[in-house]
Amino acid sequence: MHKLLPLPFFHVWAYLQTQPLLGLTATLCTWELACLIDARAGHRAISNPTVISIVILAAALLITQTPYAAYFNGAQYVHFLLGPATVALAIPMYANFETIKRNFFAIIISLSAGSVAAATSAMLIARALGASHQVIISLGPKSVTTPIAMGIAQNLGGQPPLTAVFVMITGIFGTLICTTIFRLARIKDWRAQGLAAGTAAHGLATSQMLRLNETAGAFGGLAIGLNGIVTSLALPILVRLFGF
Amino acid sequence: MVRAFTILLLCQLAGTVVQQALGLPIPGPVMGLVLLLALLVWRGGPGQILHETANGFLKYLGLLFVPAGVGVVTELQELRANAIAIAIAIPVSTILGLAVTGALMQKLAKPNA
Repeated sequence: MHKLLPLPFFHVWAYLQTQPLLGLTATLCTWELACLIDARAGHRAISNPTVISIVILAAALLITQTPYAAYFNGAQYVHFLLGPATVALAIPMYANFETIKRNFFAIIISLSAGSVAAATSAMLIARALGASHQVIISLGPKSVTTPIAMGIAQNLGGQPPLTAVFVMITGIFGTLICTTIFRLARIKDWRAQGLAAGTAAHGLATSQMLRLNETAGAFGGLAIGLNGIVTSLALPILVRLFGF
Repeated sequence: MVRAFTILLLCQLAGTVVQQALGLPIPGPVMGLVLLLALLVWRGGPGQILHETANGFLKYLGLLFVPAGVGVVTELQELRANAIAIAIAIPVSTILGLAVTGALMQKLAKPNA
């Protein structure tokens, strides 16, 4: 892109690449645009603003040949807020605390089964289709929230940055597909929907659930944390069991 | 609102300190969530300000995933090299995870009181 620019603009462009302003503004502008598109589309799962924003910004980085690090220099301020937002999930969880307590064993059993099914099938399919050892291991923790997933991949000899990307692809796919799967499998219970979304596709699908129902969001938040624990305990066993 | 945000950050900080000190595999913010939940159970619920701020904040949870999601551009080469395996493994396993957890939970959960 910079080769096409006249000299004064080149200086401005080069300067902006060193500053957080452009990356941050681009993130918020794209988000606003994506929300507009989502509203026009009638708030469907397929028009999820997170997914639209990621696609637009990734395309913009590739077209303008902007390094991700230059973009993240500004976007990190948005990224940082994921921490306190995760803590804030305690509020909808508290609102559903009695239901969670009453169904504790149902939650543990359903979540562990789905977690093991997702991780095992991902690694078995990847191995059958000839993926490298690194890719297979890095796929294992893909349903878990990014920081835990990267730690698990590291411990098992995978590639943490690749795992982070798999986590994101899983989140995007899960967000787009979850409502359809729930309809096809006749899963109507909000508690079951939220737990499934958080288990299979972490916070990204949970944010989609929060758009629909507070109880579903609470169970999604619960599933994010619990699946992090379950996967860090179960994955080393699965890897040894199947000889990945 | 600033007070509510401060509470969230303090919980995250405390969670991170605990996680680092004990070397736990669970990230600081998730530990912070557990701490805040324990605090809410002990205090009998969030005050109005914390309740409104947290729920207002969570409306934008989707926005907060955008920067990490754009990071997909950093691994395009590896993705291309394993395109078919990834393009089948991720969708199939994600659908399986959603269906297994959802169906089991719907069957096992007690009816709402």
